[in-house]
Amino acid sequence: MGDGPPSIWEWIARNWDTGRVDSIRNLLTDHLTMSLVPIMLALVVALPLGLACVRWRWLYQPTSGFMNVVYALPSLPVFMLLISVTGLSQTTVIIPLTFYGMAVLIPAVVDGLGSVPDHVRQSAVAMGFTPLRRLLQVELPIAVPVVLAGLRVVAVSSISLVSVGALIGQGGLGGLFTRAYQNPFMPPVIVGIVLIVALALVADGLLVLAQRLLTPWVRVRKGQGS
Amino acid sequence: MGWLSAFFSWLGEFFGSPENWSGPGGIPMRLLEHLEFSALALVLAALIAVPLGLVIGHTGRGEVIVVVSANLARALPTLGLLVMFVLLLGAASIWPVIIPLVLLSVPPILVNTYEGIKGVDPELRDAAYGMGLRGGQVLLRVLVPVALPLILLGCRLSAIQVVATTTVAAYTGLGGLGRYVIDGFATKDYASVVGGSVLIVLFALVVQILFTLAQRVTVSPGVSQRLKVR
Repeated sequence: MGDGPPSIWEWIARNWDTGRVDSIRNLLTDHLTMSLVPIMLALVVALPLGLACVRWRWLYQPTSGFMNVVYALPSLPVFMLLISVTGLSQTTVIIPLTFYGMAVLIPAVVDGLGSVPDHVRQSAVAMGFTPLRRLLQVELPIAVPVVLAGLRVVAVSSISLVSVGALIGQGGLGGLFTRAYQNPFMPPVIVGIVLIVALALVADGLLVLAQRLLTPWVRVRKGQGS
Repeated sequence: MGWLSAFFSWLGEFFGSPENWSGPGGIPMRLLEHLEFSALALVLAALIAVPLGLVIGHTGRGEVIVVVSANLARALPTLGLLVMFVLLLGAASIWPVIIPLVLLSVPPILVNTYEGIKGVDPELRDAAYGMGLRGGQVLLRVLVPVALPLILLGCRLSAIQVVATTTVAAYTGLGGLGRYVIDGFATKDYASVVGGSVLIVLFALVVQILFTLAQRVTVSPGVSQRLKVR
């Protein structure tokens, strides 16, 4: 057994659950936390901000301008600058990723609500919907496809971006890349890339599924239309 | 607010020390390197992506390439790709690092060029054919100017990506401003980390502004609606 470098499967088996913080299993859990929290947070913050931008139009220009600037900031220096505030913790990775996510989601929410046809909105008013019910039961459901398209972009890019955090010791599966570079060895790199891409694909697939469940009328209409 | 005063004292230390302003590790040299690597990768990416996007958008063939590359570029971790190429090809030249930089910056330009060409009003396209222009002429004289805002948007998104990835690439031995951050972090030289980070952020903002200006200057007034047609 001891001769030659281990195959990729042997390496995975040996490192999957070593009980140490850098076992593949622990890195995977960290990775999930550091990507899912910013995705959720970005959505939770972007929804009301997007709504506010639709309600008060003058807000949108400065908000999207600011978010464009945020989006242009490279992640690594932002992590580094945050270290002096939040330390070498997962928060240091989570905060910037949340902002990147908001930069994509706020325009998506605004565009999504903008995609509600005027006659639909007027019908809702005519049927006696209060503004809140109109928003929750008519406008938001119609905005779902556009918002979810944005969320898919955010999910996939957050999952891959977490790995840069490895350069400050908080990168989830990205830790496999730094380990492989310090001690030149290919299997960890392959495992890291494959797992990250797989996570991204799963997240993307779940969001596509969510869209189907949230907008059942799209399929019904397609079926009738043919 | 202790971190704020520490922040400024680190900045002062970094920008105030004369040895940071000269020689191969000095700020001017590192800035030039960062510009050189980013520009090289971006130009190579544009040379691949713009023609490809024009052809795919115009002919409608190979649209799968656009969709797959866009998703893959978002999902692939940059650090992993960099480490993989360096382990595969060695670190004797800058190319093992430049290749992944180019690969990652092709898709944004490709997608937006394709979308730009695809999104041109079919009536406009037909009118151009009706006026007797041929396929290639329609593409270059009508479709490209109309699609230019999106093509430039793609280039801007790619530039953002490339500046960030060049920073990360310092980890695998590439020069540029990322060196201050990576080396400073390794040796706990926080003045270097903070100073380098601020430089990179400023660099990224300047690039962003330059691209926005380029968009204003090069887009035809008719397309950007700055010219009112009565």
